Amino acid sequence: MIDLHGYGPRLFEGALLTFEVAVLSVILALLLGLVTATAKLSRSRLLHAFATLYTTVIRGVPDLVLMLLLFYGGQIGINAFTDWLYDAFGIDIFININAFVAGTITIGIIFGAYMAETFRGAFLAVDEGQLEAARAYGMNSWKIFKRVHFPQMMRHALPGLGNNWMVLLKTTALVSIIGLADMVKIADEATKAEHAPFLFMLPVAVGYLAIASVSELFFKWLTKRYNVGFGET
Amino acid sequence: MSVEQLLQTIAGYLNGNDIFTVNTLGMYWDGFVNTVQLVFISLLIGLALAVPLAIGRGSPLKLVSKSIWLYTYIFRGTPLLIQLYLAYYGFAFVPGIQDSWLWFFVQDPLYPALFAFTLNTAAYTTEIFHGAIKSTAKGEIEAARAFGMSKAMMMRRIILPSAFRRALPAYGNEVIFMLHASAIASVVTIMDLTGAAYYVYSRFYAPFPAFIFVAFIYMALSFSIQGFFRHLEKRLLVHLKPNNR
Repeated sequence: MIDLHGYGPRLFEGALLTFEVAVLSVILALLLGLVTATAKLSRSRLLHAFATLYTTVIRGVPDLVLMLLLFYGGQIGINAFTDWLYDAFGIDIFININAFVAGTITIGIIFGAYMAETFRGAFLAVDEGQLEAARAYGMNSWKIFKRVHFPQMMRHALPGLGNNWMVLLKTTALVSIIGLADMVKIADEATKAEHAPFLFMLPVAVGYLAIASVSELFFKWLTKRYNVGFGET
Repeated sequence: MSVEQLLQTIAGYLNGNDIFTVNTLGMYWDGFVNTVQLVFISLLIGLALAVPLAIGRGSPLKLVSKSIWLYTYIFRGTPLLIQLYLAYYGFAFVPGIQDSWLWFFVQDPLYPALFAFTLNTAAYTTEIFHGAIKSTAKGEIEAARAFGMSKAMMMRRIILPSAFRRALPAYGNEVIFMLHASAIASVVTIMDLTGAAYYVYSRFYAPFPAFIFVAFIYMALSFSIQGFFRHLEKRLLVHLKPNNR
């Protein structure tokens, strides 16, 4: 049943790769988003301008174009940089931009911009009095961030983060275009070989719906955790 | 001035540039036309489909509302690329289609792509409108009922006009999302903007000029759409503006 002309196990491996790309890029996106949101809220004009440029450019350009640019242009750019390192300092390194690295980094960069908007709004939603109280306790700014600002911000950010994750998950399908063997790519190969599009594409669609449904449960649990003390939500 | 004449004028500025010749700029122009056409037509049909679907989504008939919910759940929960592949490869396998008049449409990749894009945007738009209809102020409906309006008249005169206005910002995002999503049309051999950029890249092995140029075209398009919707919002959503004088 699940054999699918022998493509069943490969499709499953593809699903794992899809999940891997999604998780790694969402980690990158969360980090980039936090940094960018902080830059947007900082008093430094330069940081603010950089962050705004980043989020504006990302919102104007299709994901696929950015991915193609990074995949085909990334190696040339990196090579030029390492050549320069070798000529100038004698440092000899080689960095390989393969489809996995290019895909994961592109998706991370794209969703970093969206996460930044979510985090920015959530940081602003935290009651100013909480931060004043923390300052009055003599906490330094890292401690305020870790113990007061971040945990309370997450309550406001979670719905937006959940949405971003769902969109990100579907965006990972694009890595099949630059040749990575995720579940879409394997279904595409199988379709071309066996001439049975529905047999291979429909299980992949179900796979995406399954990952989405499981993540929905996870976000429900997270929401409950971060809303402790705020009554039922 | 025709396109050819315009290109001749541009050619004057381009002397010595190896990559951006009249030839490749012409390809970008064709890609631009294809992208705009594809996105505009699918948005238009998708919008027409979404209005009745959004009304049905809130229907008291469980069979109607649940099946529309299932449709939007599936189309919003799976990648557009999968939907595109299903339409592109799948139609050819429908029994008997090769002998019918539909075969003419199936052979050209443009029509399967239009089909997939239309159903996708209709699903998202349905949910946007459904949300806007649901958030209609109770008082407006009560007032309409007090006037003795029938259900259909209330929908036409009260609920839909105010829901459309409230849906405007979210719909503007959906239009930009569709423009960006249309880049995958190049995967099924449609020569859209991204397809043209890919051709220029592979012809000259110049990823930076090819893709950055097309990125700027997409950006210009996105920000024009954004500006258009901001303008609409300013005119149609005046009543929702916070009046801070």
